[in-house]
Amino acid sequence: MTEVANPTKASDAPPVRRNRPAEINVLIGLVVIAIIFEVLGWLVQGQSFLGNIERLRIMILQVSVVGIIAVGVTQVIITGGIDLSSGSVVGATAMIAMSFAQVSTYPRAVFPGLTDLPVIVPIAVGLGCGLLAGLINGLLIAYTRIPPFIATLGMMVTARGIAKWYTKGQPVSFPTDGYAAIGAGMTPVLIFIAVAILFQLILRYTIYGRHTYAIGSNEQAARVSGINVERHLILVYVIAGVLAGLAGVVLSARGLTAQSGMGVMYELDAIAMAVIGGTSLAGGRGSIVGTTLGMLIFGVIISGFTFLRIDAYYQEMLKGLIIVGAVVLDVYRQRYRGRN
Amino acid sequence: MSDTQTDTILRTVGLAKRYGGVHALEDANFELKAGEHVAIVGDNGAGKSTFVRQITGVEQPSAGEIYFDGEKVEFKSPIEARDCGIETVFQNLALADDLDVPSNLFLGREERYFNLGPFSILNERKMLAHAQDALRTTGVKIPDLRNKIRNMSGGQRQCVAISRAASFASKLIIMDEPTAALGVQETAQVENIIRTLKSRGIPLILISHNLRQVFDLVDRIWVFRRGRIVGAVFFKQKTAYEIVSLITGVKTAVDAPNFA
Repeated sequence: MTEVANPTKASDAPPVRRNRPAEINVLIGLVVIAIIFEVLGWLVQGQSFLGNIERLRIMILQVSVVGIIAVGVTQVIITGGIDLSSGSVVGATAMIAMSFAQVSTYPRAVFPGLTDLPVIVPIAVGLGCGLLAGLINGLLIAYTRIPPFIATLGMMVTARGIAKWYTKGQPVSFPTDGYAAIGAGMTPVLIFIAVAILFQLILRYTIYGRHTYAIGSNEQAARVSGINVERHLILVYVIAGVLAGLAGVVLSARGLTAQSGMGVMYELDAIAMAVIGGTSLAGGRGSIVGTTLGMLIFGVIISGFTFLRIDAYYQEMLKGLIIVGAVVLDVYRQRYRGRN
Repeated sequence: MSDTQTDTILRTVGLAKRYGGVHALEDANFELKAGEHVAIVGDNGAGKSTFVRQITGVEQPSAGEIYFDGEKVEFKSPIEARDCGIETVFQNLALADDLDVPSNLFLGREERYFNLGPFSILNERKMLAHAQDALRTTGVKIPDLRNKIRNMSGGQRQCVAISRAASFASKLIIMDEPTAALGVQETAQVENIIRTLKSRGIPLILISHNLRQVFDLVDRIWVFRRGRIVGAVFFKQKTAYEIVSLITGVKTAVDAPNFA
């Protein structure tokens, strides 16, 4: 940890202080937590936790949909913002995308004239809905200057309302085989991996990434350096919205049905994954690698609780504790990072 | 109104800034010659920073004209001023703590391999090489350029901020209290950078409360008092006592150049 700059220290021989990447700490955390569950597994259940490949497969499959959202949410948090709308956007896009993916043999399709469409149509509709939600978030935040918390809270309620209004609460089912394939088997995991690699590279190696960190680090500095902060923020929220839309498509395809309650609380899970993975809520710090590790920690803990046969109600409560704990850890990290 | 004096880099005529009824700056006639280093001194609230905000495009003046490099200019933003070759080292540094030195030096004007809009891939190698050059020309020693600004001392940060300005400023550098928060040795290092700029012939406007520093570094001192320029003195002809008299208003002799 760094201390506050000591002005009497000779500038021509300053100590080299370079912190190890936060991702290493997260990785250590992941390993430690996995080992704890492994030990508990042998003690309590008399069997291996990590040794069960099927359990790990289900765990990865469960978290990867939220992981897709978390990739977008991470970028939002790096700019110093927050996105509370992603879970509701998942619900709304799941409903709307699925309504364009139904088979003609199903008599009660939402749009009886629009069945058996090529799979690209529902995908485009889903991503488009996410984009629109993100665009509205971004425009509100960039130009009305209302806090991201409020803007995305409004979108959270509105998008959930749209999800329920769209079919008056009825689930939308019977997708085409092409659409169902998006959620089949391990495809959601592959989609997550592709999205994660893409955005890790973009954040690390492109101007977009550099400006994202710059805005979260010092918005004023970014502004006077000539970065169009408003335009950049809109782009970041649009990307987060598109990824939430993608998650909605994947989730509905995986479930073969879309319900208006899909994705409830996903926004908090995604934020938790990002924060556990070392993304700072104060902005400026974080990475997709970290968020992926955070996602795995999240998955291991949930899967571990189930493995230990901890009651689902307790699981919910413990999840809340984990989210708060991650934020407390972030605040603790802030305090000791030598900010002047 | 034509500018016949080609060796004048910056000139303001009757520059004024009012915030509602508050006259923060009145009738400021200022000039800066090519290669000249000047200081702006004055008490708190004398209008120093207000003046700088007008000439760097952070704010737009209520009245008056600014001539930069022989042409009348009306900067609508700091970016326009920067594009004209004016670099400012702001009091609050304007560095992104979570980025390394090359990223900060090139913030907002990154080198890229080929243009893909915001998704252009950064040419980090080129930026690192340029950053090393920039720090070498300004005489700044920072052991690890890939280190984040957050992990650096106040002096190192200030040196990065100044190097950033110095390496891009083609025509003018403005520094607002560059050593206010620094220790003795770090101050000396910043002062050395300023001398380097002098030898490179880059004009400088230095805002400082430190009269010792001002006397050491600049050719001419502009004294502001209560929103007006009350003196422009070549310090070699004046004593520190006289400058202080001007700042505090004990003496009101005005020998600012008259452009009328």
